[in-house]
Amino acid sequence: MISFIILIFSSIFFVGIISQTKAMIRGRKRPSILQPLYAVLRLFKKGAVYSTTTSIIFKLAPIIYFSTVFLSVFFIPVGKLSGLLSFEGDFIYFVYLLGLGKFMMIIGAMDTGSSFEGMGANREALYSLLVEPAFFILMGSLALFTDHISFYELFTHLHLHNNLTYTISIVSIYLLIFMAMVENSRMPIDDPETHLELTMVHEVMVLDNSGFDLALIHIATWLKFAVFGALISDFIIPTDWAIPYQILFFFGIQILFAIIIGFLETFRARNKMAKNPQWLIMLSAIAIVVFLTTLIITNKIILH
Amino acid sequence: MHMEIILFKLFIGLSLAIFLLPKKSLFYFSLFIQSVLIVITSYWATSIFLLDKKITHPFISLLGHNVNVNIDSLSAFFILVINFTVLTGLIYAKGYLVPYIKTKNKIDLAWHYFNFIWLHISMLLVVMLHDALAFLIIWEIMSLSSFFLVIFDHEKKATLKIGVNYLIQMHIGVVLLMVGFIWVNVQTGGDFSFDWLGVYFATHPPLYLFMLFFLGFGIKAGFIPLHTWLPQAHPAAPSHVSGVMSGVMIKMGIYGILRVLMYIHHDLFDIGFLVLFISLLSGIIGVSMAIVQHDIKKLLAYHSIENIGIIGIGIGLGIIGLAENIPFLSVLGFGGGILHILNHSLFKSLLFYTAGSVYKQTHTRNIEQLGGLIKKMPKTALFFLLGALAISGLPPFNGFISEFLIYFGMFKSLHLGNLNTNFIILFTFSGLAIIGGLAVFCFTKVFSITFLGTPRSNKAKKAVEVDFVMLLPAFMIGTMILLIGFFSGIFMSPLAQIVHLFTGNTFPFKHLVPVMNHISLSSGILIVFAGIFMILRIWQQKQHKLSEKSTWGCAYTGANPATHQYTATSFADNFIQLSAQLVQVKRGFKHFEEEEIFPEERSFKTHSLDVFENILFRLPLHKMIRMFRKIAIFQTGKIQHYLLYALIFLIIISVLTYLNWI
Repeated sequence: MISFIILIFSSIFFVGIISQTKAMIRGRKRPSILQPLYAVLRLFKKGAVYSTTTSIIFKLAPIIYFSTVFLSVFFIPVGKLSGLLSFEGDFIYFVYLLGLGKFMMIIGAMDTGSSFEGMGANREALYSLLVEPAFFILMGSLALFTDHISFYELFTHLHLHNNLTYTISIVSIYLLIFMAMVENSRMPIDDPETHLELTMVHEVMVLDNSGFDLALIHIATWLKFAVFGALISDFIIPTDWAIPYQILFFFGIQILFAIIIGFLETFRARNKMAKNPQWLIMLSAIAIVVFLTTLIITNKIILH
Repeated sequence: MHMEIILFKLFIGLSLAIFLLPKKSLFYFSLFIQSVLIVITSYWATSIFLLDKKITHPFISLLGHNVNVNIDSLSAFFILVINFTVLTGLIYAKGYLVPYIKTKNKIDLAWHYFNFIWLHISMLLVVMLHDALAFLIIWEIMSLSSFFLVIFDHEKKATLKIGVNYLIQMHIGVVLLMVGFIWVNVQTGGDFSFDWLGVYFATHPPLYLFMLFFLGFGIKAGFIPLHTWLPQAHPAAPSHVSGVMSGVMIKMGIYGILRVLMYIHHDLFDIGFLVLFISLLSGIIGVSMAIVQHDIKKLLAYHSIENIGIIGIGIGLGIIGLAENIPFLSVLGFGGGILHILNHSLFKSLLFYTAGSVYKQTHTRNIEQLGGLIKKMPKTALFFLLGALAISGLPPFNGFISEFLIYFGMFKSLHLGNLNTNFIILFTFSGLAIIGGLAVFCFTKVFSITFLGTPRSNKAKKAVEVDFVMLLPAFMIGTMILLIGFFSGIFMSPLAQIVHLFTGNTFPFKHLVPVMNHISLSSGILIVFAGIFMILRIWQQKQHKLSEKSTWGCAYTGANPATHQYTATSFADNFIQLSAQLVQVKRGFKHFEEEEIFPEERSFKTHSLDVFENILFRLPLHKMIRMFRKIAIFQTGKIQHYLLYALIFLIIISVLTYLNWI
């Protein structure tokens, strides 16, 4: 339960920290760290405009999308604190749960009959399918290493082993950072600050959402960031520390993660649209490197 | 003799009476016959699961020896799957065939229903007979009855051609099976029966004979590259037939493979690798080909290939697990594969029925002409969506459960497996993840283009919801999909009974009980959350103003909503670019000429080629025909020339004889 609460809590500030970092690097006046929260609260106070083309799917999509992301938070452990729901194979459920949310968002976008949203929807469909194998391969490597297959046990057993863990961790963290960027449609796949519909992915899918629905979609983005941030921190947090320190450490890593994203977004150019698939397949390739490393560490590949 | 067997035979015989009945009562008569068959066989099947034993009844005597009906838990499982799908198919047919009652004559319709009954009977017997000769005969009846069902629209020349293609390919399969059985017979000198396979496999290397059977059964199942009949036959057949064929008939191939596997106990690794490799190929190529289709039923047919692939992946992993002695892999591989047989029969028949409803109301299968149907046919649309979510393997629906079992088995076995197995598992779960992602891609495409947005043609504008009788099967199947999705725990113990036949132990299922409970719990929580947020939104939106405007078009209001939508082709385009070699989409259009100041009207069309069909059938066929054409210059039609040929032949013969060469 504590892990759930601190995850939700950290998610509120996440996007704020990213935009503060970006503003600082660019030499602009920093927005309040709670600016995203204010924006969402404002949306909750508004009515909504629905397109005449849309059907029930458009109204269902944000609700189910948000529910899936909200439920996905339940599975995430923080250090020694287990998630609310933890069972063997929960990461498989986690991936497919996010898949359900994406499915709904894609058909929700297509429901408006807009070409813009169609464009965004099919890019989202393609990119998310290309990134899925990387996550599974990463989790597979950990399963191979620890012989456990739930988030909680994977991460707690990861640290019981020797220092070789860190060789896996570094690459895994690199992967997770970029997976988080893809999941949230950020650089280098998608630029949330672009003003041209033709070059958007996620933003263009939610063009017609407004009011309550849009607020849910924004919160879902925060939650997704927090979830991936937590996964990253689980690689690092030493599980033999006292719980309060672990929580402090967790917050430290979340802030660091947000700052890294801020840096990435300011200094990295966006990929060409047509180059994105290759870049995403590269993530799977790196994941295979993790897998091979694990095979070597576990003495299945014996090097002379 | 048992009461049930007499009844069973009586009703099989009674099916002939269908030709004596008037048009109106054909459906009720088939329903009556098939209900009785369903009750009898389901009674056998359930009693097997409840009492955990085998049933053997004497059935008929064929060429002097007795043929028994043998039912073990594998047969029982298939019996239940067949019965459920055939029942829904029959109910759906009542609605689907309404327009044909006027246009078709009595014999045509009676013949159709008769074949439907016999497809049911033959499938039931296929899974119950162990005598090879009887099995082949009933296998042949199954092919024939499905052939006649496919060519229901035999007024169309194309349908007839597809039907004949189907029939020929099925016969190639039968020949392979026959050769297999004869080979066993010759080598062992035993009976002409499945049980002698065990004797053969115990003393011979199993790979080659297994490959023979795999090819024979694989044609029916539609493994790539043996699939070419499938994407043609399914669209040509009426939808209830496509539903039943794709839902259960192609699974008879899987049944055959499983049955043969039961007798093999050594040298399993190669076999497992073969099955797994072909299945991964089928899965990935099947779904990739599906993405580029515009014909909704053809698209679904390619998805059958994909799902056969997933079933095969489960089975292949199971075999490798047996070979490598990793219980988690073998038990959950077989378990996931077998559960996916049931799951696929559910959502695929649901998808074919709803697609059939769309076809019936709009008279087109081309999704580029559809759109906006969710407003005209809301129930059909939602059931299609249910099927789409389930087939994409998303929680909380049934497709996820079987894929989860396969994943679970793989991840659980990584630590135990050796390097080989680990690499196999690595590629398999990556492949399975890609298949899942591509399925999402494909079904978001087909659902959105067909049902969402605005209508793209008058056909779609005029559509109305179908009758209740056509929705009833969807309700039945939908209930089952949700039941398996939310209460997967109760299906684990019967599944364990089936898997026991292959693996001998099933302890991983005990391990799985808490996991399944947690999945049900999570799915329940998901629904509760969705409900809560829904209520919150209703409450929030009551206090604020809601309005309706047209879709955001970048402030451009002149767009025609029907023609300026995203199309299926454009949705699939970025995938096509990525896999151009695989899917081979050909574009047909005329370029603009430089001096063309006043351009004429243009058209643009795309169609996809099946690479395997091209390489394996079209190209060799064309080459052969070209060669025969060249040879045909000898056939001049003049008697003088033929006499000359005879003379030349005689001269050659005598010269050769003179030289003592022959």
